[in-house]
Amino acid sequence: MPIAMPNLAPVMPEIAMTFLAIVLLMADLVIRQKDTLGLISIISTGIVLYLVLGSAGETFSGMFVSDGYSTFFKLIFLANLILTVLISSRYLQTMRINFGEYYALTMFATLGMMLMASAADIIVLYLGLELMALSTYVLAGFIRYDIRSNEAAIKYLLLGAFASAILLYGTSMIYGLTGTTNLKGIAAYIMNNNIAGNPVLMLSMIFFAVAFSFKIAAVPFHMWAPDAYEGAPTPITAFMSVGPKAAGFAVLGRVFLTAFASARADWAMVLIPIAILTMAVGNIVALSQTNIKRMLAYSSIAHAGYMLLGVIVGTPTGLSSVLNYMLIYAFMNVGAFAVVIMLRSEGFAGDNISDYEGLAKTHPSAAALMLIFMFSLTGIPPMAGFMGKFYLFMSAINAGYTSLVIVAVLFSAISAYFYLRIVMLMYMKEPKESVELNTSPALGLALAMTAAAVILIGVLPGKVLALAQMAVASF
Amino acid sequence: MVQTMNNTMGFPILSVLIFLPLAGAALILLMNRANDKAIRMVSLFVSIATFIVSLPLFTVFDKTTHLMQFVERYEWIPSLNMSYYLGLDGISVLFVLLSTLVTILCVLISWESVRTKTKEFFISLLVMEGAMIGVFCSLDFMLFYIFWEAMLIPMYLLIGVWGGPNRVYAAVKFFLYTLVGSVLMLVGIIVLYFYAGRTFDILELMTKAYPYKMQLMLFWAFFAAFAVKVPMFPVHTWLPDAHTEAPTAGSVILAAVLIKMGAYGFLRFSMPLLPDASRAMTPVMLTLSVIAIIYGGIICLAQTDLKRLIAYSSVSHMGFVTLGIFALNTQGVEGGILQMLNHGVVTGALFLSVGVIYDRTHTRVIADYGGVASVMPIYASFFMVFTFASVGLPATNGFIGEFLILLGGFKANQLAGVLAASGIIIGAGYMLWLYQRVFFMETNAKVAGLQDMNMRELITLLPMVVLVFWIGIYPNVFLSFMHPSVQHLLERVNGGAAPTVAANIVTQILR
Repeated sequence: MPIAMPNLAPVMPEIAMTFLAIVLLMADLVIRQKDTLGLISIISTGIVLYLVLGSAGETFSGMFVSDGYSTFFKLIFLANLILTVLISSRYLQTMRINFGEYYALTMFATLGMMLMASAADIIVLYLGLELMALSTYVLAGFIRYDIRSNEAAIKYLLLGAFASAILLYGTSMIYGLTGTTNLKGIAAYIMNNNIAGNPVLMLSMIFFAVAFSFKIAAVPFHMWAPDAYEGAPTPITAFMSVGPKAAGFAVLGRVFLTAFASARADWAMVLIPIAILTMAVGNIVALSQTNIKRMLAYSSIAHAGYMLLGVIVGTPTGLSSVLNYMLIYAFMNVGAFAVVIMLRSEGFAGDNISDYEGLAKTHPSAAALMLIFMFSLTGIPPMAGFMGKFYLFMSAINAGYTSLVIVAVLFSAISAYFYLRIVMLMYMKEPKESVELNTSPALGLALAMTAAAVILIGVLPGKVLALAQMAVASF
Repeated sequence: MVQTMNNTMGFPILSVLIFLPLAGAALILLMNRANDKAIRMVSLFVSIATFIVSLPLFTVFDKTTHLMQFVERYEWIPSLNMSYYLGLDGISVLFVLLSTLVTILCVLISWESVRTKTKEFFISLLVMEGAMIGVFCSLDFMLFYIFWEAMLIPMYLLIGVWGGPNRVYAAVKFFLYTLVGSVLMLVGIIVLYFYAGRTFDILELMTKAYPYKMQLMLFWAFFAAFAVKVPMFPVHTWLPDAHTEAPTAGSVILAAVLIKMGAYGFLRFSMPLLPDASRAMTPVMLTLSVIAIIYGGIICLAQTDLKRLIAYSSVSHMGFVTLGIFALNTQGVEGGILQMLNHGVVTGALFLSVGVIYDRTHTRVIADYGGVASVMPIYASFFMVFTFASVGLPATNGFIGEFLILLGGFKANQLAGVLAASGIIIGAGYMLWLYQRVFFMETNAKVAGLQDMNMRELITLLPMVVLVFWIGIYPNVFLSFMHPSVQHLLERVNGGAAPTVAANIVTQILR
């Protein structure tokens, strides 16, 4: 029996990414200058980016789909990858961990995320998730001589393995119930047999929610995040706080809005308490942190809480607000981490919050950039963070979740306190010891890009919003 | 229904007013921070230029109509129906002028007193000016909100970086109080948006009628934002800290413009959008206002800190403003608006004056002063003018405003009127006593030998003196700006809603 060659056009970016990542791995053997590898990976990402914009359609018998939704997420992943590489090079030198695998692994992790965003079948989803997770575990432990980095990797690995197991368990149940792992097939089966309230379906839905909550670091499945974020190399912390989280939201949105669309009321009941808890724990615990990486870890937990609102809404508008927020969040969060990285120099960790005292006096431009990112994370206009929150809250209010939004805005007012504390230390305290800035042109470029994006999207959000709205048209 | 008039200026005057200071801030950003003098000169030049550009608002403004003037409208976020929509009416026009004037004075008063991070200071000041003007000009609710929130950033820095010893606490408190109030308003704005059929256009929102229950909820959501800003009792506690710790320019901006925005918010949004709820909540608002008047006044008597005393007097005076506004009659509202202006002039001037002497003595404790009148006679006479204006002596602007408010207050509720009137007596008490303790009595050793005001300081205070007497003697120049707009507002609030709808239908049919 002749086997028809599947249509490879939609999956071309992933194929290219795999190929280029392997090439990079090979190149590592001959290239001594590791910065060159960074440059190669940026060029590769550019090629993939170009291919992503041109790909569309379904392939592999409906297991893989490239639509507006996946494309938007892939843009986030690739932007995140480029920014991560830009902020990495100097840091890797400073930390003496300048190995070529680093760049290949970030590419493989991103490839996993891209697969997740395009997965129309739970098996593909799982493949992507594992590829992403395994690469990220290694990256988290990349500072081999540092015990905290090892701890981060082990913790992340163990808890991530749990999440994967739970995901598989949920998959097996849903397969037992519906006889398919295809998301559309599941949806059709639930519809046709009218089993929306079925306990097995509920249980598997809960398992999916739990597994994805691990990935987006939602409470109470966030335990790994602060330790992993603190121990991992800082560029990887930035990478992890955006990439896997975005990928988690991509699958959360796709699975729940496609496969479980008809049981929306049920899973909303599961996600609402998770969202509230996530906002509460993230924002309140962040208040008492003394390490900036931990603070940003809790802050990223809180942001996952806000974004969950958009999923709970369950409409394309809600989803588009998540997309919009995710993109903005990627820029402001990576930007903030880029400043954190600048403070790190040989023999000086620079990740204590008190290290920021008087930064405005010693390094005014670094302080001004951090100010922009902090106000954006708080959600103060005219920074982009405000527009993200605003559109998110708007879609939630439109769907009738006004009281949930009131909770969210109050927590976001609380968050002002810890973001402002950084600004306060930088501008309103005298410098204690002179902090050296460890900067490089690449890092400067990343900072310029993120700051420009934060301000531009904040003032003129129309284009990005329209893109996000177009992206969910397929739902 | 036509609600706007075309901009007759030939250039987008309001956009220029908003973006000129911002451009100035950008220019300073590019300048060398070592060159303090050039930075100061640029900010002075920019603020004066902005003021000159704003002058036509005073002369060209059509006082015969309530329609929005100098209107500009551009699409901003089409998918959300948000637009960049600016315009002025009789309620807002004077505050734009006040903002542009006050900024010049702030630049002048900070000329020598700001020594550190000069660059950041003047950037903050100019960004602040742009945002303040934006708040008063916005006719799109979201645009308004964005300017309203954006103001927090420079103000937070102004208080926290260049303020007094306890400045960090004051700055954070200010920021959090205002933010919590604002985000609740944000939720209210979005609810309104969806109910009214997806529009942020304030004028369009005003033509719709909203169910009573919703009006009540929205009223309190807006109250959270506006009452904090005014500040009304019991959410006033950020104000004494912020006022006291802020640098002189910060206190002046807070007193003269920022806290006016709360009252402006009530006038622009709460009352016309939520007329039924506003009427129903009048007793609450009057009560809170009277408490603020009396409580604020009594607290002033116990203050030992110069700036703190003036700060609490603001609570009392703003109580008058909200009393007048929620009297919901012509005298009350016009008096309220005029008093907002007056308070801006007088309290702004008082903070400027305190700044003048603080630069010399670096103490705010009242007991450290005494006999200043014999050391600095010119300064003493300026301060006396402002003291009298604050007390509300006839021929000063304070008198006209308070008189109108009390008139309106009596018409609305006699008890409130009587109690508020007693606030004036308390006001005379604390202000005159302050004047006595600082300027008369034995000369304190700490003030002996102080230089009297120099030319720069004289020029800073002179415009305020002129305004005190101008408004005091011939208030009609200013009142005439607001007559039609206030009438229009009151028609809407006092059951004007139904006739408007009817008039709408009639015009539709006639078309």
